Amino acid sequence: MATKFDSTSQMMRQAIYALALGIGAAYIFFGWGIVLQIVLAVITAITVESVFLKIRKMPITSAIGDGSAVLTAVLLAISIPSIAPWWVAVVGVSFAIIFGKQLYGGLGNNPFNPAMLGYAFLLISYPLQMTTWAGDFISFAQALDVVFNLSPADALSGATRLDEVKTQLSLGGVISELTLHSTAQAWVNMGFLLGGLYLLARRVIFWQIPAAFLSGIVITAFLLSFGDSEHYLPAQNHLMLGGTMLGAFFIATDPVTASTTPKGRLIYGFLLGMLIVIIRTFGNYPDGIAFAVLLMNITVPLIDYYTQPKVFGK
Amino acid sequence: MEDYIKITKNGLWNNNQALVALLGLCPLLAVTSNIVNAIGLGLATTFVLVASNTTISIFRHYIRKEIRIPVFVLLIASFVTIVELVMQSYFYDLYLILGIFVPLIVTNCAILGRAEAFASKNSWDKSLLDGLMMGVGFSIVLVILGAMRELIGSGTLFDQSALLLGDLGSTLSVTVFTDYQGTLMAVLPPGAFIGLGLIVAIKNLIDQKLSQKSV
Repeated sequence: MATKFDSTSQMMRQAIYALALGIGAAYIFFGWGIVLQIVLAVITAITVESVFLKIRKMPITSAIGDGSAVLTAVLLAISIPSIAPWWVAVVGVSFAIIFGKQLYGGLGNNPFNPAMLGYAFLLISYPLQMTTWAGDFISFAQALDVVFNLSPADALSGATRLDEVKTQLSLGGVISELTLHSTAQAWVNMGFLLGGLYLLARRVIFWQIPAAFLSGIVITAFLLSFGDSEHYLPAQNHLMLGGTMLGAFFIATDPVTASTTPKGRLIYGFLLGMLIVIIRTFGNYPDGIAFAVLLMNITVPLIDYYTQPKVFGK
Repeated sequence: MEDYIKITKNGLWNNNQALVALLGLCPLLAVTSNIVNAIGLGLATTFVLVASNTTISIFRHYIRKEIRIPVFVLLIASFVTIVELVMQSYFYDLYLILGIFVPLIVTNCAILGRAEAFASKNSWDKSLLDGLMMGVGFSIVLVILGAMRELIGSGTLFDQSALLLGDLGSTLSVTVFTDYQGTLMAVLPPGAFIGLGLIVAIKNLIDQKLSQKSV
C-alpha cells in the first residue's frame, strides 16, 4: 500500500488539515487559548527554522515549504495547556526544532519525534505551567490576558480528568465513586479520531500503527482493570481521555521516527499503547504519550532490523 | 621551555581531558548543577592530578611494569583519601553535596590516563605541570558547564558560595534573572549532556575557524 502523496509537503499539509476537527472541538470547549498557542508556535517554528537553516547554509524556502516545522509546532501547541504563558510555546517549539531536528541534521535524520521532545522538555522543566489547564470556555480577551500579561490563571484553570482521577485514586478513592467521563475531552478525542480516519482514507498514514496503538491501550487497560476494577481506569476511559486519539493518529504515525516495516509498525504501535497505559497508571506525570513515544523512538532501529520483510525469491 | 608551553597548551586546550579526551564524564556530568559544586570538584580533582602525577613520575623507575596499574590506583586512592578527609573537616556541607563523587575521583579515567600516558614516561617537573594544566583545563570546563546549568536552571550564579568560602562567599551569590522560575531540565542530567555537547561543539567550531585562518 503505497501512499498517494509523493511529496513530504503534501503529506504534512494533509495532516495539518486533518487536525482541524480536533482543534475545532478544543476551541468550542476551551476557547481562544488554543488558537493563540498555535499562532505563537507556528511563528516561532518558522523563525527558528529559518535562522537555523541560514546558519547551516541550507536553502530556506524548500525546507520550510515541506511543512514539517509547522506540523511540529501545531502538534506541540495542541499538547500544551491552552492557558500557558506565551514563553512556554516559544521555548518548547524552539527546543523541538533546534535540539529535536536541526542538530541531528534536519528532517529525516531525527531519531526522536521533535514535537514530543519539546513537550517532554517543557513538562520536565515547567511542571506548574504545564499542568494548569483551562477549565472552561475562555474568550479572546481573557486568553490574550492570560497568555501575554501572565496574569495568574487560577481563576480559569482546572486539572485534567486524567490528573484528577489519578490524584483521587492515590488518596484512596475508588473507581466506582469517581467521575471518569469528560465531555469536552471526549469531543476533542472524537475530533482527532475523525481527522485520523480521514488521513487513513487518504492513505497519508498506514493503518498498522493506530490500530496496534489503540489495541495496546485497550488490552493493557483491560488487563489492569480486570484484575482490580476499583483501582484502575477502565479501557474505554483511557481511549477518550488525554491525548489518546491525537497520539494514535498524528504523533505515533510520524513517518520519520516510527517503525517503517509493516510488522514493525504493529509492534511499535502496540508497545506504545501499552507503555502509555503503564506510564499513565504508575507514573508521576498526568499523561504518558510523550515519554512513551520517546522511549519507543529509541527502539525503532532494533524493531526495523528484526522485521525486515523477506526479499522475494529468497 | 618549548616543552612546558606545549604541555600547558595540551592541558588547557588541545588535549583537554573533558572536551577532547572526554574522560571523567561521570563526575563532570553529575556535579555541575551549579558553579560552587563545579569549583569544589574541580579543585579536588586538580589536587589529586598534580599529586599523583608528581609522585608517580618520581617513582616511575621503581614501579615494575607488570603491576604499574594497581600501584597507580593505590597512589591515586591515597591522595583522594587525603582530599576527602580535608573536605570533611573544612568544607563539610560541600562534602555532603558532592557525596559519592569525591571518593569516585579514584576512578576518574583522566587521572589514571595522565599517570599512564604522561607521568610514567616524563620527569617530575613536567609531570607536575601536566597534572596542573590537565586539572585546570578540566576544572574550567566544569565551571563553564556549572555556570550554564545554574544560569539556565535557576537564574543565579555562585549561589551557595558560602559552602566554599564561608561568610565571604555569601556576598558573591548573584541573582541574574529576578522573578525567574527556572528551567528544571538544565539542572537535571539531560541538561548536563546537552550542555557538554554544546561546549564540545563550540570548541570544535573555534578549532575549525583557527585552522581555516592558518591555511
